Amino acid sequence: MEILGYVRPWGGIGIRNHVLILPVVVCAAEVAQRIADAVPGTVAVPHQHGCGQIGADFEQTKRTLVGYGSNPNVAATIVVGLGCEKVAAEQVAAEIAARGQRVELVVIQKEGGSRRAVEKGVEIAGKLVAETARIAPQPVPVKALILGLECGGSDATSGLAANPALGVASDLLVAAGGTSILSETPEIMGAEHLLARRAVNDQVARRLYEIVARVEEGAKRMGVDLRGANPAPGNIAGGITTIEEKSLGCIYKAGTAKVQGVLEYAEAPAGPGLWVMDTPGHDVESVTGMVAGGAQIVVFTTGRGTPAGCAIAPVIKVTGNSRTFRNMEENIDVNAGTIIDGQETIEEVGRRIFSLMLAVARGELTKAEKLGHREFAITRVGPTF
Amino acid sequence: MRAIVISEKDNVATALEDIPAGAQVKVRVGAEEREIRVATAIQFGHKFALRPIPKGGEIIKYGEVMGKATVDINRGEHVHVHNVESQRGRGDLMAKEAER
Repeated sequence: MEILGYVRPWGGIGIRNHVLILPVVVCAAEVAQRIADAVPGTVAVPHQHGCGQIGADFEQTKRTLVGYGSNPNVAATIVVGLGCEKVAAEQVAAEIAARGQRVELVVIQKEGGSRRAVEKGVEIAGKLVAETARIAPQPVPVKALILGLECGGSDATSGLAANPALGVASDLLVAAGGTSILSETPEIMGAEHLLARRAVNDQVARRLYEIVARVEEGAKRMGVDLRGANPAPGNIAGGITTIEEKSLGCIYKAGTAKVQGVLEYAEAPAGPGLWVMDTPGHDVESVTGMVAGGAQIVVFTTGRGTPAGCAIAPVIKVTGNSRTFRNMEENIDVNAGTIIDGQETIEEVGRRIFSLMLAVARGELTKAEKLGHREFAITRVGPTF
Repeated sequence: MRAIVISEKDNVATALEDIPAGAQVKVRVGAEEREIRVATAIQFGHKFALRPIPKGGEIIKYGEVMGKATVDINRGEHVHVHNVESQRGRGDLMAKEAER
């Protein structure tokens, strides 16, 4: 089984060939967006962070930005800074360069204002797009793939159809020597004992319990019932009653593979197999974390239907609800509602998802890509000062 | 009328279509087929009880505990947020305890 990969100088394998315009701080977000708007073939990831952050919160934002610039789906990055921010542009650019990725720098205060910074960025971006277009994809083994598993806008069909089918696809990738990441720690709550039994050792099992306990303590400190935010009103309307029920359905995404370890948000897995990343249930923050950790492809199950994509990685949408598929067909790639309707088995749909993953990894565009969905959001672990 | 029971341990079934009030629903629990009359309309994706569940009793789906009954639940009754509470992430209970 082969896919078509863009092999980066350091050995990383991408399935897309993006030129990324990466603001390190909210103050540079508008300039970054204007550069991307002016140069076809580039993509910007505007965000509201990068200033007034300290400690672990600062480290996590920086790790996410460096992770984006280092994702092998990115051929080259222009880091855009203001010049006085905490998450310094020079530092982010240096860390991306140290991973062996192509990187350039534009700093607004050094260039002398917005317009000059945009001009400089546009000039560099044009050169990078031309350079990048010369990189030809080549056949590489499927084991190069790191798959991000996501679910959002869940309903009762998620746990019955879409997630178990995605679990089959995840197992197929892991069996082929690939890597898969399960995320969304709140949606492990109530099912952590099942995942912990699959941990490769006691230390990994303990870490799983720890990350779930940390999230639960955080929820309790708010002094209200987690229910209402998770499960969310739409989940409840769709028949999900408690977070335990949601979690028991969610973890089917991870199939039956052993859990190799627990990753911090935006941390890269140290080897193949199934990993758990500590992310929130917020879909876009979760996908951003996994892609910053190196995932080149995401499969996203949704019972109620959601359009969210990703700026630098293809996102395949799967629904277990045939009504949702008909309602939002322009956003959804795979209808796993055939399982509920009795027309296909979980195994059959799982194999269909895996085939589509391979096609997408050979260049086929997902619906989120065709529609230009480029969602990006970094999760925070501390206040802004 | 179609509904699914995922594990033999489960005491709830999930409706695979909109089920009108009073309908007789056949469900397969392991090797055995049972017939349940639903008390009220059950929407697609929602749950109903396979047997009586006493107040405080565990709700079992996927063969695992997914919450506790807050009132006595009859066989065939809709099982959802009005009669089931979560055991997890309950900051509201902690806040009540702190007030005491």
